[in-house]
Amino acid sequence: MSEQGGRSDAGELLTVRGLVAGYGAAPVLHEVDLAVPAGSIAAVVGANGAGKSTLLRALSGMLRPVAGQILLAGEDLRGVPVEQLVRRGMAHVPEGRGVIGELTVDENLRLGGLWRRDRADAGRARDEVYQLFEPLARRRQHLGHQLSGGERQMLALGRALVGRPRLLLLDEPSLGLAPRVVAQIMALLRQLRDSTGLTVLLVEQNVRSALSVADQGVVMALGRVVRAAPAERLRDDVDLRHAYLGF
Amino acid sequence: MERFVFLTFDGLSRGAVYAAFALALVLIWRAARIVNFAQGAMAVAAAYVAYSVTAATGSYWLGFLAALAAGLLLGAVVDRAVMRFVDHTSPLNPVIVALGLVLLIQAVLGMIYGNEFRPAGTPFDRAALTVGGFAVVSPYDLFVFATVGLMMVALAWIFARTPVGLRMRAAAFAPEVSRLLGVNVGGMLALGWALASGVGALAAMLVIPTELGLHPNAMDLVFVSAFTAAVVGGLDSPPGAVVGGLVVGLVLSYVSGYAGSDLTPLAVLVLLLAVLLVRPGGLFAPVTARRV
Amino acid sequence: MSATRAAAPPERAATGAPADGRRGSTLLRHLAVAVAVALLVLAASYGLAPFRNFQLATVAAYLCATAGLTVLTGLNGQLSLGHGALMATGAYTVALCQGAFADHGLTGGWLLAVSLVAAILVTVAVGAVVGAAAARLRGPYLAGVTLAVAVVVPALTVTFDGVFNGDQGLSVPVEPPPLALGAYFPYERWQLWIAAAGTLLALVLLANLVRSRYGRTFRAVRDDEVAARLAGIHVARTQVLAFVVSAAGAGLGGALLAVLAQSVSPGAFSLTLSLFLLMAVVIGGLGRLAGALWGAVLLVVLPDLTHSVTELFTVSPAVAQRLEGNLPLAIFGITLVVVMIAAPGGVQGLLSRLGRELLARWPGRRS
Repeated sequence: MSEQGGRSDAGELLTVRGLVAGYGAAPVLHEVDLAVPAGSIAAVVGANGAGKSTLLRALSGMLRPVAGQILLAGEDLRGVPVEQLVRRGMAHVPEGRGVIGELTVDENLRLGGLWRRDRADAGRARDEVYQLFEPLARRRQHLGHQLSGGERQMLALGRALVGRPRLLLLDEPSLGLAPRVVAQIMALLRQLRDSTGLTVLLVEQNVRSALSVADQGVVMALGRVVRAAPAERLRDDVDLRHAYLGF
Repeated sequence: MERFVFLTFDGLSRGAVYAAFALALVLIWRAARIVNFAQGAMAVAAAYVAYSVTAATGSYWLGFLAALAAGLLLGAVVDRAVMRFVDHTSPLNPVIVALGLVLLIQAVLGMIYGNEFRPAGTPFDRAALTVGGFAVVSPYDLFVFATVGLMMVALAWIFARTPVGLRMRAAAFAPEVSRLLGVNVGGMLALGWALASGVGALAAMLVIPTELGLHPNAMDLVFVSAFTAAVVGGLDSPPGAVVGGLVVGLVLSYVSGYAGSDLTPLAVLVLLLAVLLVRPGGLFAPVTARRV
Repeated sequence: MSATRAAAPPERAATGAPADGRRGSTLLRHLAVAVAVALLVLAASYGLAPFRNFQLATVAAYLCATAGLTVLTGLNGQLSLGHGALMATGAYTVALCQGAFADHGLTGGWLLAVSLVAAILVTVAVGAVVGAAAARLRGPYLAGVTLAVAVVVPALTVTFDGVFNGDQGLSVPVEPPPLALGAYFPYERWQLWIAAAGTLLALVLLANLVRSRYGRTFRAVRDDEVAARLAGIHVARTQVLAFVVSAAGAGLGGALLAVLAQSVSPGAFSLTLSLFLLMAVVIGGLGRLAGALWGAVLLVVLPDLTHSVTELFTVSPAVAQRLEGNLPLAIFGITLVVVMIAAPGGVQGLLSRLGRELLARWPGRRS
């Protein structure tokens, strides 16, 4: 999986320019620009209905953009079918986690690596996930819908990691989880960034924990990016917090 | 007693075929939420292909393989060329389209082969062997059991053990998530249709020689029986389809043997109504309520 | 759900008396249209050749059945593949009644009316049984049960061949036109009169039903069962009622067909007939009574048309016979698939859309 595009803009893994997307006639996203450097964690925050999930759906091709450009490592993703994106190194963990309840834990994880030619490495990646998430290893043969909320999040995340992605899109990973579990997941993301150079684009309602883990923060409101800056600066910006983030 | 044993084996032999055909219905229902009302007509079409191949080569087995191939192909074509374009918002739409296909396929077969019954050959003798003085089971019945059994083992293996089976199940349960994981959902759907149609074709090959022979409408009543079998077992349950098929086969065999073969169509209708009114979700479904 | 509130849609309470007034005028309008059509048919019956009279009579008979199916599938959202079997019920009832009258030496034109009414009543009873089962079923399950009815009922004529005379079927003795009409009155014209009179009467009743509060409850149940239930509509009862009304149409249609053909046999009421009826309703336009007319016309015209087309080509008799029997089926099948995919509104949907667009462009007609 080499950087085939070569000319990725100043080390940016994901570049979004002028993205317009929505459902039906009215666009939800208006001219969104975004740049995520390789090996960093970016957090997209904002109120309910700001367009965060729509942004992720447009990025992963589940929603066809009306206008604009999405570049992954300098390569335009226009016209690339959803099922091909994972082969280009993009993994999307959807909101509600997308664990397939009718399949077992092990089958869910295997599914994450089925597209890979390198079967042996897919198997290794699965073993690593089991090491990373102890509870999953103990429940390999349980069905997805028998898991707790935290275990499902682990499974969804683990399933994405089996594909050894370059870019991980995470939609609301903290939703409905205990603070302790959220903290574990955030810590894991940092650890993966440091050890494997994983790039993460994280969408969160839970602004505090998102900004605490992220390198870069992006604030969205009503379908527009209103602010993009290093995460600690956003954390310290009292006015911004009051205006858009409500804490 | 002798008659009962004979009817039981006869019923199991019929039931095995119904089970296979019901399984084909269940496969498509699970993959696409469509009851494929065109399955009987599609299976007959495959059986006609076998008829032509056998007539040309003189070999039953080449015809048998041709039916399987034609069934697989026809299933994929029906999905890719027709069903994927149907608006699924109303459950009526796919049913109506499938019925249109029934008319079309049966008419085309009638135009090519004519609307008279054609004798369909069997590779083994249909006369029952006697075991300890009892006429029990014919070599052809054993062939039916073996074929259906092999087919079911193969299907179970494909779905439970192979990567493509995992993909097909994932695509059926969660199409959107599956696409995100790199599964070609459309392709899996077509494959599901192909497999189901192939199974239906084999079932037609097995059952048609035991009835009046090859005819464009030859599978109409078999379809109704197999639908009943699928409903008995629950449309969502492959093992249920197998058990349902055997149950329907036995019931029809006993009715036909003890009350007269004229009554079998009525028996199917009564059985279907009884199951739907008492246990609408099928005997194996945990949820019985279909009502809102 | 209490019985007193059942089947009373909320809008009735809101509109109150004016609803009754409107219904009265609707009835008058439908009657006026019916009289106009009757005069038209009367004129046509004198202007057309006997064979065309017979064809028009057949259209009328089919129209009863397609209109009934339109009420059920289009307005109430219940799919029935069993209407061919319901037509068979009506047809065999007429055959048995007329046969019994003839056996007992009874004569008189009014006996046919008695037979037709008996046919409707018997079919309604059968329809009520199937409908009661159907009301508990949804989607593919309902389709499967009615399919079973369509396949099984014709087979019953063989099971009970003492009554129904198996594959041979029964003959339907019908008396010639009354002498008052003249000695040389064409029989086909008389047939058209009978069929048209029965059909027009049925259509007026159906059209009024569709416009009435029952029609509204039918649609409410089709669109959203839960919402209909919350609005106080007894869903199951409404569905059975729709099935019964629809069965009455099918029974009359089958009875008229039997009178026209002067015989009945199971072959005429196979699964294919049920599929034809469904196709006619879909192509005409689901949910529109006017669409039922298009469907009925197609059912008669298309086989005739393909017959003429195959005659143009010089093929061997055997091939011609295969083509003639099957080409209409193939065309019906293809049409069904294409219409469902490309124009789910059917012919009538296309026409009304065209009409609306023309009206919209008409200056001064915009409201």
